[in-house]
This record gives sequence, structure tokens and C-alpha cells, in this order.
Amino acid sequence: MDNNYFPLHLIPCGKLAQVKELLAAGNSRRRMLDLGVITGTVIQALRRSPSGDPTAYEIRGAVIALRSEEASQILVELL
Amino acid sequence: MGLTAQSTGLSASKEMIDLQINPEQDIVVALAGNPNTGKSTVFNSLTGLNQHTGNWTGKTVTTAYGRYKYGDMNFVLVDLPGTYSLLSNSVEEEIARDYICFGNPQATVVVTDGTRLERNLNLVLQILEMTDKVVVCVNLMDEAKRKKIQIDLDNLARILGVPVVGTNARSGQGLKELMEVVQKVAQEKLPSKPFKVNYNSKIEEIIRQIEEKIKASVNSKLNTRWVSLKLLDRDKAIINSIEKYLETDFGQVLAQLDNFDNETLRDQIVTSIVKTAEQISRQVVSFGNKKHNELDKKIDDILTSKTFGIPTMLVLLGLIFWLTIEGANIPSQALSDLLFGIEGKLSSLFLSSNLPGWLHDIFVLGVYRTLAWVISVMLPPMAIFFPLLTLLEDLGYLPRIAFNLDNFFKKACAHGKQALTMCMGFGCNAAGVIGCRIIDSPRERLIAILTNAFVPCNGRFPTLIAIATIFMAGSSRGLTQSLIATLTVTGVIVLGVVMTLIASRILSSTILKGLPSSFTLELPPYRKPQIGRIIVRSIFDRTIFVLGRAVVVAAPAGLLIWIMANIKLNGLSLLSISANFLQPFANLLGLDGYILMAFILGLPANEIVMPILIMSYMSMGTMIELESLEALRNLLVSNGWTWLTAVNVMLFCLLHFPCGTTLLTIRKETKSWKWTLLALVIPTLAGIALTFTVTQVVRLLGY
Ligand SMILES: Nc1nc2c(ncn2[C@@H]2O[C@H](COP(=O)(O)OP(=O)(O)OP(=O)(O)O)[C@@H](O)[C@H]2O)c(=O)[nH]1
Ligand SMILES: [Mg+2]
Repeated sequence: MDNNYFPLHLIPCGKLAQVKELLAAGNSRRRMLDLGVITGTVIQALRRSPSGDPTAYEIRGAVIALRSEEASQILVELL
Repeated sequence: MGLTAQSTGLSASKEMIDLQINPEQDIVVALAGNPNTGKSTVFNSLTGLNQHTGNWTGKTVTTAYGRYKYGDMNFVLVDLPGTYSLLSNSVEEEIARDYICFGNPQATVVVTDGTRLERNLNLVLQILEMTDKVVVCVNLMDEAKRKKIQIDLDNLARILGVPVVGTNARSGQGLKELMEVVQKVAQEKLPSKPFKVNYNSKIEEIIRQIEEKIKASVNSKLNTRWVSLKLLDRDKAIINSIEKYLETDFGQVLAQLDNFDNETLRDQIVTSIVKTAEQISRQVVSFGNKKHNELDKKIDDILTSKTFGIPTMLVLLGLIFWLTIEGANIPSQALSDLLFGIEGKLSSLFLSSNLPGWLHDIFVLGVYRTLAWVISVMLPPMAIFFPLLTLLEDLGYLPRIAFNLDNFFKKACAHGKQALTMCMGFGCNAAGVIGCRIIDSPRERLIAILTNAFVPCNGRFPTLIAIATIFMAGSSRGLTQSLIATLTVTGVIVLGVVMTLIASRILSSTILKGLPSSFTLELPPYRKPQIGRIIVRSIFDRTIFVLGRAVVVAAPAGLLIWIMANIKLNGLSLLSISANFLQPFANLLGLDGYILMAFILGLPANEIVMPILIMSYMSMGTMIELESLEALRNLLVSNGWTWLTAVNVMLFCLLHFPCGTTLLTIRKETKSWKWTLLALVIPTLAGIALTFTVTQVVRLLGY
């Protein structure tokens, strides 16, 4: 893994990141693809839930909340 | 989310018995689209029906059918559940995909969200691969305009090769044009040359080869390119359905495809679709204001913030109860004056007409009185609470609740969307149980179903409110009284949520072992609720529904109570005998035999528990007039109630078996009596355990 790549859940709120690789497999991979998360997609981390997890992300104009388990399967590069 | 025949189990049985479709005359039109784009709103506007709508993804989980006429033709409209894509395997996607493929609709309308066109185009492109008879409806045009998003509809139509209509489904703008275009597409009067996504040369080459082999067996009943793509994808479920539909076997073709890595292929396919959508969107959408979502973000900064998120939630909940309590007082008093006034007239009518006295007693003192109780005490809070909840739903607040609370659900190994099904449970547990279909994983769905009754439904609120008002608030009056009552009821709800989490956790580590599955939760934009429509619809729906149920359930219950109170064995009425039988056990729980019996007889509907109890106490003699909460308090106190009894009744009201309708719905949803029985046992045991503990501790302390 390239050193510049982070799992998405580590991105601080407010920051933009670009998807480099999807690690998830099977159904959860499909679900990410359905939302338009592919290599090159730009995602912004918006806010964390008051209870600590999930985090809301802006993905292609929609606000989607992902638990850290899911987000950690998306490798991104900070922009 | 309402407690209407449509949303409870009563109609779940009907949902699949589609209305009689006459293939000669009826034109079948399917409504597909991403979640929360306004499909049900379009459906309602066209058919004049009242399919439930709400500002969150996954509102519609069942398929609804309705009719409309346009020109001189009859159309049957099918409201499908919303899906982001048709490539995955969730239940809703299967329903939608199978309907579009095999249901033979003469046209498919894809409803899209004008403010999020790019992502919506994903699905449009996938549907265009399946069928040529497509109309793209770009909905929410008003919202797009407000956010300064411009969409070149003509250009979009040119690129996609199918008609595109811009609409505002709430106001009805553009719907006439939509109907016109749908008619033309169904009659094949418009040239259609749908856009096909171009995949990389390797995939295109394989597709071409497969198409060659299957052309004969597909026989133009389905789109060969699409079937080839599915074979390439080797998606078992859909291939089986295709084989069944075409009465053929693709085993041979599939065997030759074995050497492809389908995970990579699928990635390439999806990537091409997403990129194409991106390109098209770039050509037709322009943003006049890049920061159009700022306001939503500001609201979210408060409603989902670390410090204010959860307190705001509690305050909102409390506010709803307070409005319900305050608001219900006046109509409650008016209705009770009216109905008990009529009772007097009915009595004199009976007595003057030489009918036997027992007939008067059965009908006036038994049946009529119970009805009057349900209507005057139970109906007003139900009719006020419900629209308030719907208001929050329409605003888009419910997904934020799920967002705020998700971590607790994760720790309980439950699904994040369980919070949404709980919110629906506030309206009606049966509706909440059906709503559990939004949860894909069978394990987590069962947990959500089994614990749904831990949130008190609309039919239980009035009981909680009445008892909280007369007992917890003590001798205080006015504002203090309603505030204390509000705090009490809010506390009860919080307890219900905590119990849900505990029960979910226990289930997850015993009979429903497993880890939480992956899920994604969309937080929709806040929308101005349709206040007028909500008030009219939900008050109206609610009133009709409660009245209907009062006649069906409360009247017979009243009759039964009267009979039990008046048939005597050895000088004791049946009612007393039964209550005495239950008394020792009830006493352990800090209740009495009559209370426990009221809960048992209230199985058909929670809103009759309190009226049954009142009738039982009154039938034993002392009091005839009962006009105010004060009188109710006296009645209860004279039957031995203390504050401990009140606490226990509230606890037991929160935690006991779900009503009959809910149980039948659970049986239908789980297809198992075992789970249904468990759904009955779990909350009941929890209630018994809690009331027992509280009672014994308090008694030990010597209060
Ligand atoms: N402003 C505006 N709001 C709309 C329009 N159409 C629908 N809505 C609102 O959008 C929300 C979602 O509408 P629904 O009809 O429930 O959406 P749906 O596509 O059936 O959603 P699912 O059943 O979850 O797939 C509701 O709050 C509607 O009132 C529109 O044209 N303009
Ligand atoms: Mg819907």
C-alpha cells in the first residue's frame, strides 16, 4: 500500500479526499459502487455522529453516513 | 408510517393481490427510481390515493398499485420501492428489477431527483439496458431551481434517446405532460433509441459473443444485451429468474465464461456506468451556486452536533408530547361532554320506550360507554401526536435520529436502520414491523422485529399520558402539570429505547448471534413539510381509523365486560372471579387483577386497555359520573391505586405483548409462529421482570 493512502475513516472532518482503492468485497463492495464510490471519486468528510460513529460523507452531491468498518475499506488520498 | 389499514398488517396481505389488471384495456406503468425522489408522491398525485410518503430513503417497502385515466385510456400505476441500482441483491432491488424485467410494464417511468441527477442517472442507464420503453421524470424541479441547479432537459432527452419530463410532484406541475408522454411511449408512438453504455473493448467483445449464442432462446422477449451482461456477471439469482422466464437453460454458456474473473468484470461494468453518468451530467447540469447545500449543513451542525445532537432530540421529543398533552385537553373535554350528554338522552330514550332494562344496560352502560371512553380519552392524543410525528418525518429528521444513535445500535450488534423502524413504531408497531424490510440482513431484521414493541405505539400514548398527568404531576395544575407529565412520558420512551438496546444485545449474543452488517444511511436534504396536507390527512386518517377500530374492537369489549360484570356465580361476578384469580400474581408486580385483565382483554388493540379498566372498576358500583381527569383519579385511588401502581402500569404499558394486529403482522413478515411467539414473550418477560423488581424493592424500602 502506498504511504499516501489512508482508510477513509481516518480523514478529519471537513477534508476532501480522492478514492484510490476499494478493499471491500461482495455485497458491501456492491453497495459502495451503487453510491458511485469508484476509483477517482472525490469524497468530503462532513461530521461525526454525537455517539462517535458513523461519519457523514458527501459523495456525489448526496450525504451518506458510513460506519467506520465500511469507511476503513475505502483507501483514499488527501486532497 | 401510519396506523391505517394500508400500513398495518391488515393490508400487507392484500398488497400482492394486485388489483384486477385487464390486459386488453389496461396499460401498466411502473414507477422506478432512487429512494426518496418522489415516486410515491407522483403515484399519489396521479392516482389520487394515499400511499405514505416521507423524507427519508426506504419509506416505501412494499409495492402499491393504483389506477388513473388519461385521455380515454386506463392506466395501472405500480409504485416500486426505491433503489440506488439494480445490480445488487437487496430485497427491494429484486422486487424492482423483477417487476421491470418480468412484469411486462408497457412503460417504466424512472423518477429522478433533479438536485442529484448524476447519481440518479446510474439507475436510469441500468434501466435503459433492460427496456426501451422508458420515460425519465426529473422531479423536485422546484428544489433544483431554489438551489440554482439548472438542467437542460432537452439535451438530456437527446442524449438518453428517451423522453424526459421535468416535474414538481407536490404541486402537480408537469404531471399532465408526464401522462401524455407515458401514453405515447406505451403505444410506441415515439421513436425511442435508448442510450447504451459503452464498455471497454474486451467486455464488448464478450457481450457480442454471448449475444450470438443466446439470441435464439431470448427470442426478443428480453433485451439480449442485458441478458448477456447478466450472464457475464454470473449473478445466480437473476440468471435463475431469467431462465425460468425464458424457459431455457444457460448452463452451457455459463460454463464457457468460467475463466473470467467476475469481480473485476463487475467493477469495470459499474465504473463505466458511473463514469458515463458523470459525463452526461456534466453536459446537462450546471450549478449556479456551488454552496447550495450550506443551509442543510448549518442545520445539521446543530441537530447532529456532539454537544447538542442528543439533547435537541430529547427536547424535540418532549415538545411533541407536551403539545399532545396540552392540545388534547380541550377536544377531550368537549368530546366527553358531548358523548356523555348523549348517553343521558339515550338512557331516557330506552327507558321511555318500554324496552327491557337489561337491554338498556348492555347497550348504554356497556357498549356505548366503552366507545365514548375510547373516543373522548384515547382519540384526541392519538390524532394530535400523529401529525406531529409525520411533520418531523417530512422535515427529514428521522434519518438524523438514526445517525445520532447509531453507535449505540452498533454496540448492541444491531442494524443502524433499526432506529428508523423504531420511529415508525411510535406511529404503529405493525407499521414498524413491516418497515423492518429496509434492513437487508435477516438476522438484524429479526432483531428489529422482535424488539419493535419496546417503543410505545400511538395507541399506548394516551394511557401513559393520562396516568402521568394524574399521578406523577400530583396536585400541581396547569403548566407545571403538563411539564411534569411530559418529562415522565419522555422518560418512559428513553427507557423503551434503552430496553430495545439491551434486548437487541442479548438476542445478538444468544439466539441471533452475529456481527452488525454493513449499511449506508442517506441523510436527505431538509424539506419544508406539507403542513396542510399532513394535518388534514393524518387527523382524518387517524380519526377514521380509531373510530373504525372502536366499533370493531371496543364495542365488543364493552359488551364482554358488561356481561362478565353481570353474570354472577355464588354471588360473585365473573369479572371479580377472574380478577381475583389474577390478583396474587398481579400483586407481585404491583398491579391488581383488574389491571392485568384489562391488558389481556386489550390484546386486540392497545387503546382499549384503559377504557376496559375504567369499565371494570365502574361496574363494581360506586361511581356513575366520570367527567374529568380528577374524577378518574378518584376512581383509581378508591380502587387502591398508589403512585407505585401508577409507575407499574406505565412500565407494563411500555413492556408487554404487542397487540393482535402487530402479532399477525410479525407472523406474516417472519412466516414463523416461533418468532411470533418470541415477539410476544420477550417484551412481556421484560415487563414482568421490571415491575416485579421495582415493586419488591419499593416494598422492601417500606414505602
Ligand atoms: N419540494 C418538493 N418535494 C417533493 C417533490 N416530490 C416529492 N417531494 C417530497 O420528497 C419526499 C420523498 O417523497 P416520496 O414520494 O416519499 O419518495 P419515494 O421516491 O416514494 O421514496 P421511497 O419510498 O423511500 O423510495 C417527501 O417528503 C415529499 O413530500 C417535489 O416535486 N418537490
Ligand atoms: Mg415511496
